[in-house]
Amino acid sequence: MDKNGMHDRLRWGLLLFLTPVFLWLVLLIVLPQIDLLIMSFRVESGYGDSSWSLYNYRQFFEEPIYWLTFVRTAVYSVLVTFLTFVVALPVAFYITKVVHPRFQGFLTVLLLLPFWVSELVRVYGWMILLRESGVINHFLLRMGLLQQPVEMLYQDATMIMGLVYTSMLFMVVPLISALESLDNSLIEAAYDLGANMGSILYKIIIPHATPGIVSGSIVVFMLTLGNYLTPNLMGGKNSLWFTEQIYNQFIASFNWNQGSAFGFLLLFLSSVIVWLGLKLTRQNLRKVVQ
Amino acid sequence: MIRTMPRSRGTALGLKLYVILYFIFLFAPLLVTCILAFNDSQFPSLPWKGFTVEWFTGDKPDRLGIFHDQINIDSIWVSIRVAFFVTLLSLGVGTCGAFLFEQEQFPGKQAFYFLMISPLVIPGVILGISILMFSTTLGVFFENHWGLDVALFRPGFWLVVLGQFSFIATLVTLVVSARLKKFDRSLEEAAMNLGASRFEVIWHITLRFLKPAIIGSGAVAFLMSFENFNTSLFLVGSEATLPINLYLQVRDGSTPVINAISFLLIVGTSMLALLNLYFSKKKD
Repeated sequence: MDKNGMHDRLRWGLLLFLTPVFLWLVLLIVLPQIDLLIMSFRVESGYGDSSWSLYNYRQFFEEPIYWLTFVRTAVYSVLVTFLTFVVALPVAFYITKVVHPRFQGFLTVLLLLPFWVSELVRVYGWMILLRESGVINHFLLRMGLLQQPVEMLYQDATMIMGLVYTSMLFMVVPLISALESLDNSLIEAAYDLGANMGSILYKIIIPHATPGIVSGSIVVFMLTLGNYLTPNLMGGKNSLWFTEQIYNQFIASFNWNQGSAFGFLLLFLSSVIVWLGLKLTRQNLRKVVQ
Repeated sequence: MIRTMPRSRGTALGLKLYVILYFIFLFAPLLVTCILAFNDSQFPSLPWKGFTVEWFTGDKPDRLGIFHDQINIDSIWVSIRVAFFVTLLSLGVGTCGAFLFEQEQFPGKQAFYFLMISPLVIPGVILGISILMFSTTLGVFFENHWGLDVALFRPGFWLVVLGQFSFIATLVTLVVSARLKKFDRSLEEAAMNLGASRFEVIWHITLRFLKPAIIGSGAVAFLMSFENFNTSLFLVGSEATLPINLYLQVRDGSTPVINAISFLLIVGTSMLALLNLYFSKKKD
């Protein structure tokens, strides 16, 4: 085979692999996102005419309900991310460092199992547990702890718990793999030198687990921000999520231009916070994804 | 504190109790859903009124079990078909992506790689609306310029498939790439020296090596598609997928039929999860 023939073949290979990937990314990601951006800067002026305008974005800043929802969604997502971390860390620590190695595999499997089940089923489970005629109310009434059933669903706290539950997996897994690589002798040494639980946690465990914490937090934050099901089914009338605003604009009001502007704002928020998180902890996206 | 160290009783017990509570938290909603699928009551709630399988097999109008509930069965069938095509497309394109990023060199590769992982950073809702809008734009364009009415551009089956494929393909690419990294390229060179063409090499050697990753990511792709809600929400037409259909029922009040479907889903996915685990253990 001469050198030229070899070169030709390699180019053909490149073309064969590049074409489907190129079509996928351009037709389903790049062009739709550009279309979204363009649409968000246009307004319909009746009879199908449309013109360039910042109206949709102005609308967002002028209507308190819109930007309040936006800010609340962002703040709650950060809160959910933090809570998920706090809840998951002891579990990850227990499985990697405390429990007998014989049970380690079993517990890890048990930990992952619920997350194979659809989010809808899990949320539904919480609904029949928590609602006014739900299972928890039934037991509390039976035990005489309550005189009247209490509506536990449709509250902000319940919604936050639901969001923590939903995204738990994406925090526990990176934490477990980060803690697995932590050398036990470091903890032992610190203990021998008289360190207490708190300083071991802050000086050894958390610094070592930082890559896992960052990648877990980014995924949890993004999934929470973009979640629709859990806030919609577990949140109350007043705990509107920003994705619900987008849905309302698209499906209920049929105002696609306004919806596009909201969509783009959400995308912008998610990118900025992910970028900030990466910058602050000096990680990069390629490492986080793997 | 850790198992190689002398520990204080209190901390160890506290941690153990916490982990037990955590597992209760994890499994309570699923267990309750499963148990109430067998309660002989019109509502999925306590008190317990006796055991029944009527929410699976019943065929009376006030107690239509899942096996006779045509609307839900139809949506399960839609979801299976969607998931089948999404898996097929994602495996094809994702495997191409793995070869592209692991074995080929071309200008702008780094930027293109970031573009490839970007669907993971874009919320599913945004993917849904942007694809809905772009397809509508295309539809209007085709209509105005060539008078063509292309069904693909309207919300419906194929748009759901494309929407889910747009981010599931990234997952397949990443999983297959990870396996391809471990491939010893001297095997390819040896086969080429013996006269095989590049595609013969890929077909007979490389793909064979990638098989576990392709099967594993295929299973995950199928499940992700089957359970997808966020992206599909904006793209469904008249044929609702199972998650969309269930969502509408849950939102408007619930019957134990939903518990029966959930029970089947929980059992099914758990089995898939355990199978997947079993095969990945065997591989090691």
